[in-house]
Formats: sequence, C-alpha cells, structure tokens
Amino acid sequence: MILDLKKLKLRSVNEKLQNIDRKKNKREFVISNPEGNHAVCAGLTENIDVTIKGHVGYYCAGMNQNANIIVDGNVGTGVAENMMSGKVHVKGNASQSAGATAHGGTLIIDGNASSRCGISMKGIDIIVKGSVGHMSAFMAQSGNLVVCGDAGEALGDSLYETDIYVKGKVKSLGADCEEKKMSKKHKTKLKELLKKAGSNIKPEQFKRYGSARKLYNFNIDNVSNY
Amino acid sequence: MCGIVGIYLKSKKFEKSLGGMLSKMLVSMESRGPDSAGFAIYKSDKNKIYKYSICLNDMSFEKFKNEIKKKVKLTNVEKNSDHVILKSVEKPNKILPILEDFSTISLVGYGKSIEIFKQVGSPSNVVKKFNLDNFSGTHAIGHTRMATESAITTDGSHPYSTGEDECLVHNGSLSNHNNLRRKLKKNGSKFSSDNDTEVAAGYISDSLKKRNLKQTLNKGLSDLDGFYTFIAGTHSGFAVLRDEIACKPAVIAETKDYVAISSEFQAMAHLPNVNNAKIFEPEPGIVYSWGK
Repeated sequence: MILDLKKLKLRSVNEKLQNIDRKKNKREFVISNPEGNHAVCAGLTENIDVTIKGHVGYYCAGMNQNANIIVDGNVGTGVAENMMSGKVHVKGNASQSAGATAHGGTLIIDGNASSRCGISMKGIDIIVKGSVGHMSAFMAQSGNLVVCGDAGEALGDSLYETDIYVKGKVKSLGADCEEKKMSKKHKTKLKELLKKAGSNIKPEQFKRYGSARKLYNFNIDNVSNY
Repeated sequence: MCGIVGIYLKSKKFEKSLGGMLSKMLVSMESRGPDSAGFAIYKSDKNKIYKYSICLNDMSFEKFKNEIKKKVKLTNVEKNSDHVILKSVEKPNKILPILEDFSTISLVGYGKSIEIFKQVGSPSNVVKKFNLDNFSGTHAIGHTRMATESAITTDGSHPYSTGEDECLVHNGSLSNHNNLRRKLKKNGSKFSSDNDTEVAAGYISDSLKKRNLKQTLNKGLSDLDGFYTFIAGTHSGFAVLRDEIACKPAVIAETKDYVAISSEFQAMAHLPNVNNAKIFEPEPGIVYSWGK
C-alpha cells in the first residue's frame, strides 16, 4: 500500500500506521514524497514493514516498537530516538543524535552519522557503515555501537556499559572511555551485529572501547573529570 | 531557533528562477522563524552603479524621492513595498553620510551587486510583500527569525550588511557580542541595533579588510563565542560555518547546477533534481565556501 505524503497529511499517515488492524493482512507499506517532513513513522507499535522513499526530517521512527522501517534516503536529527524494539535501516546519512536514548531494536545506517550518535543509548544496537561525529555514545548505558568508519572527538564520554566497536580511527576518547580487550565473546557478538547489517567485515579489524568505570561514583580525586 | 537558507548557482540555468527557489525555502522555514524574515540577493552587475537598499520606515516614498534628488544627482529610485533601491554612480563615502541625515530611514545594505529586503512579519507575508518570486540573480541568502535576545524590529531582522556587498545570516546566539561590539566601535565600526548577529557581521567586515572570507571565518572560530550556523555572503559567493559543538543544524545539497543550504532538509525538498543531489551536513568548525 502506497501512502503519498504529497496527497495525504502526515498526521493521517502516522495514525494509519499506528492503528493497524491485526485481523487484516496488510503489513507492507510504502511512504512516498516524504520531502523532509518531521516525525514520519513515529510511535509505530506493530510488526509491519514500511519503506520510506526519500529524505525525511527529525525524529523519524521515534519510539518505534516492532516495526521494520527502511528509509531510502537521508534522515534528520534523532532517527529512531527512544526505539524500544524493531529495526530501522537508513540507506543514506543520518544527522545528529541517531538512536538517542533507545532501549532496544536495531538501527543500521549505511552512510555516516553526525555528532552524538547513540547519545544515552540504553540497549539498542547501532551499526554505522560510515563514520560518526563528535560525542558519540555520550553517557551510553547499554547496547552496542558499531562504527565501520572513523569516530569523532570525545567518543564514549562518561560511558556506562555500552560496548563500542570502531574499525577506523578514533579522533579522541571522552572521559572514562578506554580501549578494551576484544575477547572471543565480543568477536562473536560483533560478527552477529555486522551480519545483521549485511556486512562481512572481519571482527578482528575492529577495536573495542568501553567504560573504565572510574566515574561511576563520586570521588573527590576525579573532580576535574566530572 | 531561526531558519537560514541560501542558494549559490553554479550555472546560469536557474538565474531567472532564483527568487522563486529562495521564496519557497523561506516559507518552509516559517516554523523556525515566524517573527521576521529577510533576504539578500546578488545580481551580477558589471557596471559601476552602486545600489543602496533602504527601508523607509515611516517616511513616504514621494518625500524620500524628492529629498534625495535634491542632494544626489543622477540617481534612480525604485520602490518595492516599504523599501527602496537607490541606484547611483556616486561612491558610498559620498552617499552614506547623506543617508545618515535622514533620521527615519534605515540603510539595510549597499554594494554593486547586493540588494537586501527585510521586515517584521511571517516569512510568507514578507516574501509576498517584496515579490521575491520575481527576482533573478546569481546567489541569495535568507533568514527567518525567532527573536531571542533583541526586539522584533526591522533593525533586528537578518540579513545584516556591514560592508559593501557583504551580508550575514545567523542561527544561534553569541555570548561575547557586547565586548566585541565595544572593541569594533573603537576601530570605527558602526552598529544600528543591539543585535548579536550585527556584531558578527561587523567583525567579518572588519576582518575582511585584512583577510579573505575563509581566513576571516577561521579566525572567527576563536573570536566569536556562542552557538552559530552562519552563512556569509560576498559579491562572488558565500561561505558556511557551524560552531565547533554543532549546536545549530545545517544541511547542504549540491548538484551540478547549484549549492543549497538550509537549517532543515524540508526547505530544499522542492528544489529541482534535489533527490539526486549530494546531500551532507557541514562538519562543525569547518569553513565551506563557494564562489567564482
């Protein structure tokens, strides 16, 4: 079913996708002419497939649960922010704060993601085939961030328990983020994540970064790092 | 908030439709800036005529026309809503003091190729008022304002022009503009408002006396403190700079015919062939420039 945003109002398209009749078998939707609209496919809850043909604005697929959303274009700020489950695949580039605060699901970005990718992420798996900008995985709590390109300044600043894997160069690490040993368990996990994104890059080519766990509790000796 | 837009034409193909392209961009950025709007449009005028863009405020067009003709010979005055474009072969050092004597009008810009129009009101009203759709040119910059640190007035609207064929639009806010204004005033710069962006424009004009635009903006990274995405225009093109934290958005679309920049992609969604354009975000702290 094709939903043309040149003819239909964004609100009616979102309402339709948010209220799927479970008794019907219509599970595949295409959104055409998104023209940079904000909040396209926000708040979906059912296991449906949606392909967005074109570039979208802010908060695309925000709060997603269960839905499988493909964006055949670029996305603005906060794609898949606060996603709970499901899958979002961006074929172009993503703006800042991709996957922010998301609790679950998978976000795949074929191009680059700009600053603050995975900020405060809480369980989502993010796989970026290009590079990420500065302050990525800032205060990230759990889940995995995989970067096949390079990472910008202050990667993983004030990190909790997210695992970060970077294949390219890291411009600088943020406070309390350090390089970690890549164990067999991590390689297996990384291989599985890369496979999800259709990538066959070998896990051995990546480095793993995680929290040094020095800033978890207040310590007067660390005051300059807070 | 605020919305900023710009188009630089790489080929002549869209010169006639430049106004129409910019107009749609400004209207789609109304949600980011409903208080006032403005635009600077550059035409490749190769003759020696200077154009002075003036907002008449409360003065009537007839009165202004009569008085200016008494003071300046060989002038042509074109009315566009409450703005006029005064055309004269006389150089700015002669005309600017004359215009200063008119206490009620505001000079919004001058140069050989630039024309500036700006006014309070929604962007859709402002573009209609000045018939932006009918403008042609080589490049253009626009702004929709959500007022934060100074009042909603014509003087508080962007673009700001503080030098010949120069202009600046800004999304963000500067925190060291009062200090910088004092310093620039000491060096002879003049300001007509309390606005932070006008200070940045004055800073750029002052620096351009010694440096090119790219060097100027690079120096601005250390001298201008605050949040910003700037588009700075000159007679030959424009440059874009985002602060190093990238607080304010910007997206660029480049095709073989044009380069467009806007705060959000939706402002560019109507541009010809945009879906096949190279679309990217300018990286923080890096100066991007296009020009002849």
